Amino acid sequence: MTAFAQYADWFYLVGSVLFILTLRGLSGPKTAIMGNRYGMIGMTLAILTTFFVAPNPVLGLIIGAMVAGAVIGLHRARTVPMTQMPETVAMMHSLVGLAAVCIAIAAVLHEGIHHDALHRFELFVGCFVGAITFTASVFAYGKLAAKKWAKSVSGAWVKPVQALLFFGMIGFGGVYFVTEDLNAFYAMTGLALAFGFIWIAPIGGGDMPVVVSLLNSFSGWAAAGIGFTLNNPMLIIAGSLVGSSGAILSYVMCNAMNRSLLNVLFGGFGAGAGAAADAGDGKEKTHRSGSADDAAFLMANADSVVIVPGYGLAQARAQNAVKELATVLKEKGVNVRYAIHPVAGRMPGHMNVLLAEADVPYEDVCEMDEINSDFASTDVVLVIGANDVVNPAAKDNPASPIYGMPILEAHRARTVMVIKRSMATGYAGLDNDLFYLDKTMMVFGDAKKVLEDMVKGVTGGGH
Amino acid sequence: MQDIVNIEQVQQLAEHATSVPFVSTFTIFILAIYVGYYVVWGVTPALHTPLMAVTNALSGIIIVGAMLQTVATGSDPAALQTITPTSLLGAFAVFLASINIFGGFAVTERMLDMFKKKKK
Repeated sequence: MTAFAQYADWFYLVGSVLFILTLRGLSGPKTAIMGNRYGMIGMTLAILTTFFVAPNPVLGLIIGAMVAGAVIGLHRARTVPMTQMPETVAMMHSLVGLAAVCIAIAAVLHEGIHHDALHRFELFVGCFVGAITFTASVFAYGKLAAKKWAKSVSGAWVKPVQALLFFGMIGFGGVYFVTEDLNAFYAMTGLALAFGFIWIAPIGGGDMPVVVSLLNSFSGWAAAGIGFTLNNPMLIIAGSLVGSSGAILSYVMCNAMNRSLLNVLFGGFGAGAGAAADAGDGKEKTHRSGSADDAAFLMANADSVVIVPGYGLAQARAQNAVKELATVLKEKGVNVRYAIHPVAGRMPGHMNVLLAEADVPYEDVCEMDEINSDFASTDVVLVIGANDVVNPAAKDNPASPIYGMPILEAHRARTVMVIKRSMATGYAGLDNDLFYLDKTMMVFGDAKKVLEDMVKGVTGGGH
Repeated sequence: MQDIVNIEQVQQLAEHATSVPFVSTFTIFILAIYVGYYVVWGVTPALHTPLMAVTNALSGIIIVGAMLQTVATGSDPAALQTITPTSLLGAFAVFLASINIFGGFAVTERMLDMFKKKKK
């Protein structure tokens, strides 16, 4: 055993490289599956190596716990609907956080070992990052799953309480660092847990893509922190990979909403800015509405159609209906593509998965940057359940609170069709000028029903 | 493994841990962040959800730390205690990390299959 343990770091090195290849594989859908397999191999290697390194491992406990976790994890992985991926991912972040807390406390409790200063520092940082990740992710889960207990809080008291908890946590961490007092360590953990909740509680549901990405990053840093306390290179490497991945995703999401991370975390949205812009022009605006049949006729006779799906599409469970429409249009020789805004779903890349689930071909789905230049030469844009991401005010109205946000330039197409339940405003609470353009036709109704009617219109209408 | 027993090994592990200079682990940390930065920018935005799912599985690597806590200890090598607060906390963390590992890889595989199946 000891002979083998000498080589443990070599195995961890191989595992780390496999983890890097896992992320590398995700550069395209063809290589991604192999990448995922590399990850599994790397993880297996790490676990087997650890069995040999651990002094007196309690095999019964470890294997029992692994089997129990595997059963729950595999069950959830097989059954979770793709619309519920965001809350599932948030839940998984919380598990990493809680595991980090358990490990840190176990390490502190480990009898017969004196912790030197550096080690104590690593322990308390690892523990509070884990604790914040845990409760913040639980709250994010609650919000994404629309649980009753996950209510947003607001008010003047929130920020002082956040500050108090945060500095209290650092304070107790400091006391533990100096005195090695276990009670201070527990107090710090408790405050960190409370801080995690109150930190996320004021953030609005629409900002959850940023929060989930950020907590993804945090779960990585928590793992890396534990890696430091145990001096395990593979934990540090894997944690850093996850940490930078989550940080990049947070950045991408913030950019897509034209907001800074600090603004999402510490600034309210919609309260002041939205109200001011909305009251603006009191004049009556008129929109044009049409039936699903009219829309079907126009699309069937177009050369090119671009579909802009928003989260409303998933809420109406209309992914299959939209795929159906695209299929019948293609049979008529229409070039059909999809345009995806980075915040179209509830988490990064969410809409792509929802469309993939409905068998929409990967090549038909375009990112914002790829397709924006094509809108001007597109005959018909069909907007389904999206609003703010196609609001031209983001480009040409400096007074708008979403001014500067990158949008899909649907307004440049020759004809715009919008499927919507009513004229109600979007998440940002803003009116959308796109709906009042002369070339825009509103089709009111439930997205799924309207799309099915359109399919009938295209196939059976005989126009 | 159970019979090769003693507290010294726990001590040795801890000493090994402190014998590595902080700067070398910190070097690994910083370089890994850079590797992560460049590799993740190469991920296509269409696969950002699978990326999050698979990074969930990868952060399950924390199971290594959990396993290292799920160890038997005791001052008397002959009567090694297997159920201690430490080992229970460790086992619980093993359980949590396993959910992430198995669930994360499996759900990633499921999503990637959706992207692949119409590639003919």
